[in-house]
Amino acid sequence: MATQPTDWPLWEIFVRSRQGLGHRHVGSLHAADAAMAIQNARDVYTRRQEGVSIWVVPAEQIVASAPGDKEALFDPSDDKIYRHPTFYVLPDAVKHM
Amino acid sequence: MEMDLNERFEAYVAADQKIEPRDWMPDTYRKTLIRQISQHAHSEIVGMLPEGNWITRAPSLMRKAILLAKVQDEAGHGLYLYSAAETLGVNRDKLLDELHTGKAKYSSIFNYPTLTWADVGAIGWLVDGAAIMNQVPLCKCSYGPYARAMVRVCKEESFHQRQGFQIMLRLSEGTPAQKAMAQDALNRWWWPSLMMFGPADDHSPHSAQSMRWRIKRFSNDDLRQRFVDMTVPQAELLGLTVPDADLRWNEERGHYDFGAIDWEEFNNVIAGNGPCNRERLEARKNAHDAGAWVREAASAHAEKVRQRAASTAHQAA
Repeated sequence: MATQPTDWPLWEIFVRSRQGLGHRHVGSLHAADAAMAIQNARDVYTRRQEGVSIWVVPAEQIVASAPGDKEALFDPSDDKIYRHPTFYVLPDAVKHM
Repeated sequence: MEMDLNERFEAYVAADQKIEPRDWMPDTYRKTLIRQISQHAHSEIVGMLPEGNWITRAPSLMRKAILLAKVQDEAGHGLYLYSAAETLGVNRDKLLDELHTGKAKYSSIFNYPTLTWADVGAIGWLVDGAAIMNQVPLCKCSYGPYARAMVRVCKEESFHQRQGFQIMLRLSEGTPAQKAMAQDALNRWWWPSLMMFGPADDHSPHSAQSMRWRIKRFSNDDLRQRFVDMTVPQAELLGLTVPDADLRWNEERGHYDFGAIDWEEFNNVIAGNGPCNRERLEARKNAHDAGAWVREAASAHAEKVRQRAASTAHQAA
């Protein structure tokens, strides 16, 4: 019989701090099921008006990029500075663009 | 190859870059963090006990609500920290086992008794004050999940310290008996609070490595000095006397000089022989054991809901 808290699945907790903003990862906890995960997330992560909505996601359902792939995935954007507006120098006469 | 990884790691943390759970890290870095974070987590949940003692005896409904909120915060802090420790691949039940069997340590301060209501004030003011001093630098610790947990903890600790100081202030402004109660609490909690910063620098063997790894940012003695410098004027404001005959402002150093700490007492408490070690551990184990049926019920309920959903899906198909 599973009676130890860590026999329960690990849930990653995301909280929307207010309407108009996205949910943000705040931490994780163990819970027997989704309802308990939401209840516990409310008690643990929103004691001070930190949220108006909670997402709980089973940690094992998250697919993550591997740390070792960091260069392969993200380095290519390093040499494309022309994707940033600051790359383009404008004459002073152009006030707003 | 291993050497390369090590060198890269050292250079990376030396440049104040953060390590995340799945990044490569030296075994000793991982072990050091597991030890430190789990001890920290244990301290949070054992720390609920001395104060929990006063919830039913708080002098007003408002004080009771505040104390309940504070003790609930400590439980939350324990959970943030256990979660951070788990990201290092350790099992929480194992950590709790180590606490319950006495293998793991927790802060020596929680092995002192809370004899009067003023102790609740002194704990908030001094113990949480010392904890903040220790924890603020940890918000910049090199291990991401620990640093993020500490940001949350520090935000909440600030309320703890203020409510404690306010209790002390009210008592100090009260009747002579109330003021004497505040002084007595300061007398008993002052030295144990200074011990919270750990052994003197020349007796702190792991400090250098933890500093190099950016787990620790300031030495034990530096943080202790800072705490004394910050707290002595607050005691003066309360009209209370810090129980240290050697305490005086040193103009030349720009710091307070203070008396010698009784390290024998510190080592004794750490070794399990403080006034309340046995009582705290018993209470913790009882809480865990008495909660077993709740965990079993939650598991049974979750299983039943799962089965019901499965059979409904089956019938629908």
